[in-house]
Amino acid sequence: MQEKTYEYLLLLGDHSLILGHRLSELCGHGPSLETDIALTNISLDLFGQVRNYFQYAAELTDGKTEDDIAMLRYSHEYKNSLLCEQPNEDFAHIILRQFFFDAFHLPLLEQLQHSKDPRLAAIAVKSLKESKYHIRFSSQWVKRLADGTDLSRQKMQDALAHLWAYTTELTEPTPLETEIHAAGIGADLAAVKTAFDDRVKSVFDEVNLEIPDSKYYQKGGKTGVHSEHFGYILSDLQYMQRAYPDMKW
Amino acid sequence: MTEIEKIKELLYPVTDPEIPVLSIMDMGIVRSVEADGKDVLVKITPTYSGCPAMDVIGMEVKMTLDQAGYNTTVKQEITEAWTTDWITPEGRKKLEAYGVAAPLEETADKLALTGGKRQVKCTNCGSLNTKMVSQFGSTACKALFQCEDCYEPFDYFKCLK
Repeated sequence: MQEKTYEYLLLLGDHSLILGHRLSELCGHGPSLETDIALTNISLDLFGQVRNYFQYAAELTDGKTEDDIAMLRYSHEYKNSLLCEQPNEDFAHIILRQFFFDAFHLPLLEQLQHSKDPRLAAIAVKSLKESKYHIRFSSQWVKRLADGTDLSRQKMQDALAHLWAYTTELTEPTPLETEIHAAGIGADLAAVKTAFDDRVKSVFDEVNLEIPDSKYYQKGGKTGVHSEHFGYILSDLQYMQRAYPDMKW
Repeated sequence: MTEIEKIKELLYPVTDPEIPVLSIMDMGIVRSVEADGKDVLVKITPTYSGCPAMDVIGMEVKMTLDQAGYNTTVKQEITEAWTTDWITPEGRKKLEAYGVAAPLEETADKLALTGGKRQVKCTNCGSLNTKMVSQFGSTACKALFQCEDCYEPFDYFKCLK
């Protein structure tokens, strides 16, 4: 089971690592000072959570460090969902991607608080406090954009049409997630899905956004099959470690 | 004075580098101190998971105690998770004097951060006529406010529960 726990920690950490990396790209590029600071603060929280996951994961290996895990894997070894790697097309995309992630992340952490693995439960308790702020920020902005000007609403709807197809993967269990849940360590994704659906519906209802009725969806990230965006993320994320192996500062 | 009390007193001058007036003891960052002769174990806890100050604080704790002749180990622990309730009354006073509004209790904090009610006191003039400018501020633990009477912008230390 220890090996499964290791893989599961990587999956949990990778969601936050890759989304955190996407958000960090906005440092100094946010649409306003306040949103720039907010998005990079969220990024920092996510990186902090990743460190907790990867430090624990590293202890389950023979001598790997958290940095090895974060920096020295190949693309198929990263298990983040495809949603997290979607590019920062515009502010509506950034906000909606964040909202979908938070609506998934919050009930996920609520579940993990009760994990049989005490270390994982402790990380979840800590992360949950931070993620409550994230969803407050992202859901307020979803409403503001959807209920703002004609243009902001149009942009929110375009983002929705693009991103909706990536939401199913978040709560569709992979064999690993099914197994780890059965062992009492991982989250029950069926319960997470119910909470996700409720949250999205309640926020969308307030501003008359409609959930697309398309059943088409994209998946693969959680089993290591990524989109074409992923290689670019890794080349940026891993550049220093690849160019100067074992560098430190 | 017991050995532990002596160590705690030595640690009092160590501050959070992002809020340099506030002792880590007043912040509630030092979880426990154990001593076995000169071997000391200090457990510290991060405010936020991603707090970049933690490594620096850990180093300063070690340096301070090692210089006083101890053999110090610093461990980071996240259970039980830090909350703003652990900031001491003395710490809250120092925060306010430094220009950072101290955290309200949970319900009031939520109302303040969603703009429901104006109740964060301006650290410059004391007015309650203040508004939130940004839910996230200069560090992970703060939100940005502005006073609408004296127009002073100031940080508010968010309630974390």
